[in-house]
Amino acid sequence: MDDFQVIDNYLCVKLPEEVDHHKSAYISENADRFILKEQVNNVVFDFEDTRFMDSSGIGIIMGRYKKIACFGGKVFAIHADRQIKRILHMSGLHKIIEIME
Amino acid sequence: MIEIKQKETCVTEGRDSMKNEMALEFDAISNNESFARVAVAAFVTPLNPTIEELADIKTAVSEAVTNAIIHGYENVYGYGRHGEVRPVCCKIHEGKVYLRCRIEKGVLYIEVEDKGIGIENLDKAMEPLFTTKPELERSGMGFAFMEAFMDDLEVESKPLSGTIVRMRKKLKSGAWIQEE
Repeated sequence: MDDFQVIDNYLCVKLPEEVDHHKSAYISENADRFILKEQVNNVVFDFEDTRFMDSSGIGIIMGRYKKIACFGGKVFAIHADRQIKRILHMSGLHKIIEIME
Repeated sequence: MIEIKQKETCVTEGRDSMKNEMALEFDAISNNESFARVAVAAFVTPLNPTIEELADIKTAVSEAVTNAIIHGYENVYGYGRHGEVRPVCCKIHEGKVYLRCRIEKGVLYIEVEDKGIGIENLDKAMEPLFTTKPELERSGMGFAFMEAFMDDLEVESKPLSGTIVRMRKKLKSGAWIQEE
């Protein structure tokens, strides 16, 4: 459970090395649990360890965005490498989330 | 100088004349998604793909195989679901995914086949952001990614009998050759 940490009003999700459909249910369900339990507004996805992501990752981010956006929350992506940034841009996610270094 | 030149032609010729084929058959469960993309990545290694090309191929394979598993056979969670409770939808539907790859003249051909439920409306399915499973947080970007990351995408589907996805990608000569 070290992958999910609540700091102030932020839930920080450390994503695994490979983000695909196989892992997506685990990430989404746990993130949602923390959002509800800790009443956090914002979610930060940390891509530091992530070397691979497909469209399932887009689904994870979009799903969390929908859950918190209506309460004024924001979604952030940090430590995304070139390939992951490319996928975030191609799907248009960069327009609704903040990609930071 | 001349020597290096010869070496270069040699490398390119070796690459272009290389012919290789492989076929895999595996159960339609989410555990095999990473297996499939890693297998294809290993298969193309002799062509010296760039890191970017390799990432493109892995993403495209992952999309195609994931589609076969969750849409073709409707194995929504497979054994991949974590947590204590396994809803009824977690029942595993038997089925195989067939993955065939071929390298010819520096071009990679990939075929992903399932014998699942097929696609009713192919045009609709290819539309970006369209998904039949929004409740699963599928983003609807699968075909869009395959199209973007590969040179060519072709989908053949018959409702109730299955789907074949064919992709093609020309691999440029490895960047390291030009750098040298």
